Amino acid sequence: MIKRIIHPKWFGPTAGLFIFLLMLPLFAPRFYIYILTLIYVTSLLAMSLNMVVGHGGMFQFHHAAFYGVGAYTVALMLTKTSLPMWIGFIAGPIMAAIIGVLIGWFCVRLTKLYFGMLQISLGSLIWVIVFRWYRFTGGDDGIHGIRMPALLSSLNSSYYFILITFVISLIIMYLILKSPFGTTIQAIRDNPQRCEAVGINVRRYQLLGIVIATFFAGVAGVLFVVLERTVFAHLLFWTLSLEIFIMCLLGGMFTFSGPILGAAFIIALRTFVGRYTEYWTLILGIILILLIFFLPEGVMGYFQEIFKPRIKEVERGGN
Amino acid sequence: MLQVDAVIKSFDDFKAVNGANLTIRKREIVAVIGPNGAGKTTLFNLITGQLKRDSGKIIFNGEDISELPPYQICKKGISRSFQIVNIFPRHTVFGNVQVAVLSHQRRSSNLFRPAQNIAIEETKRILETVGLLDKEKNIAGSLSHGDQKILEMAIALGNEPELLILDEPTAGMSPEETLATMELITRLAQIRGLTILFCEHDMDIVFSIAQSIMVMRQGRTIIQGSPEEVRSNKEVQEAYLGGE
Repeated sequence: MIKRIIHPKWFGPTAGLFIFLLMLPLFAPRFYIYILTLIYVTSLLAMSLNMVVGHGGMFQFHHAAFYGVGAYTVALMLTKTSLPMWIGFIAGPIMAAIIGVLIGWFCVRLTKLYFGMLQISLGSLIWVIVFRWYRFTGGDDGIHGIRMPALLSSLNSSYYFILITFVISLIIMYLILKSPFGTTIQAIRDNPQRCEAVGINVRRYQLLGIVIATFFAGVAGVLFVVLERTVFAHLLFWTLSLEIFIMCLLGGMFTFSGPILGAAFIIALRTFVGRYTEYWTLILGIILILLIFFLPEGVMGYFQEIFKPRIKEVERGGN
Repeated sequence: MLQVDAVIKSFDDFKAVNGANLTIRKREIVAVIGPNGAGKTTLFNLITGQLKRDSGKIIFNGEDISELPPYQICKKGISRSFQIVNIFPRHTVFGNVQVAVLSHQRRSSNLFRPAQNIAIEETKRILETVGLLDKEKNIAGSLSHGDQKILEMAIALGNEPELLILDEPTAGMSPEETLATMELITRLAQIRGLTILFCEHDMDIVFSIAQSIMVMRQGRTIIQGSPEEVRSNKEVQEAYLGGE
């Protein structure tokens, strides 16, 4: 099982990194722990988007809508009902996936940019509902001071909860990507017409891809609430969708871990450059332009390209 | 096995296929010939569902398939290759064929088993048959044109079709590659018991391997018959073989 996920050669470093991340709260300042946790949450969101955009080839332009749905679902359940909290935690992703199916069902009937346009409009519709429905969602006030159970009350405990959920989600997404379904969805990205001709019901697989991606976006939404104890309508606004789209581009859309890199980079940029100037997006813009010219496959894609010959040899040796 | 009956397809005012008839019997190699723009590719697209016919019937194994989407037609046992190379350029050669094999075995929606352990044997057998096994790890997009055309055929075989439709399988190939490909096609028909429908511009090839030839002109079927019948047909000689 472990061998399937990590190449034996990488097992040591990966385990080391994981243990390091587990130990980190013991000595690192709270601020960095917070930033790191935010990176986990955002990475998960960006990776869920990459399932459909990078691997599925669908222009899911408004992915943040499902992040928001996940977050609001758990926030509303924790504040308006007295159900146990874990039900809310499960309901968040499921609700996101349900909305994902509803929107996706229409979108997969279109292709390319038309898919994207419809997706962005239907996603914005969800935003409008959340934004305007004061009595239920709190409108532009959002919902604040969501009480977390004692187990998740400190920053460190939410750090652990989020880290572990993040890693588990990562493993599941990785397995899915390497499964027959993963192979098929990537084939659909490259050539939907050919897929139809080998007997693949393209729309059905695209919809399944959307369900998986929106589910994990919902997981990220739940984790956001665990970290911030607050939700606001901006979580579903299209600018956030754009931001996570850029994370995928930056890290490398055709790689698995690229979006993590993209998310870490953008959050770091926003946190550390944003401290000096509110125009940090200007720097992001310049970096994006350079990226498109010099690393069109993203940073991770670039490194994969460099290491490819070696990876191939290792594979042969392994067989 | 396949019966195409008075099929018509127009694009706006242009009748690309205007009354095509075609009969294919089991284990037969059938060629469709005709000048450029005669409607050969359109006819193939109609049979495999990429296009919908305006009128007429397409019967496969006693069942009308003319309203079905491509993926269902494929499941009925018709597989095809395309005239212009149509593969998965980012996948490996192995992966290209595996996609089709997985689809055929109805395992494409399996979410948690690693794909690298599924359908290995079947995929490798197909690659061996077409002679691409030594290149299985190459990225498909980096293959030579000739190999990509062969891979195209290998993908089509992944569905273990009864009827294999090849749209100009040798287009853009060198003479040696063409020869090897044609040999491959006849061999496939023999060892796999395939029925094959193809179209091709090289008349020598067509007359040497086809058992039945259908001639099209301006979207219409002129004649279908054995190579001898077609060769001796007056209208065909005028319309198409006139120069020879």
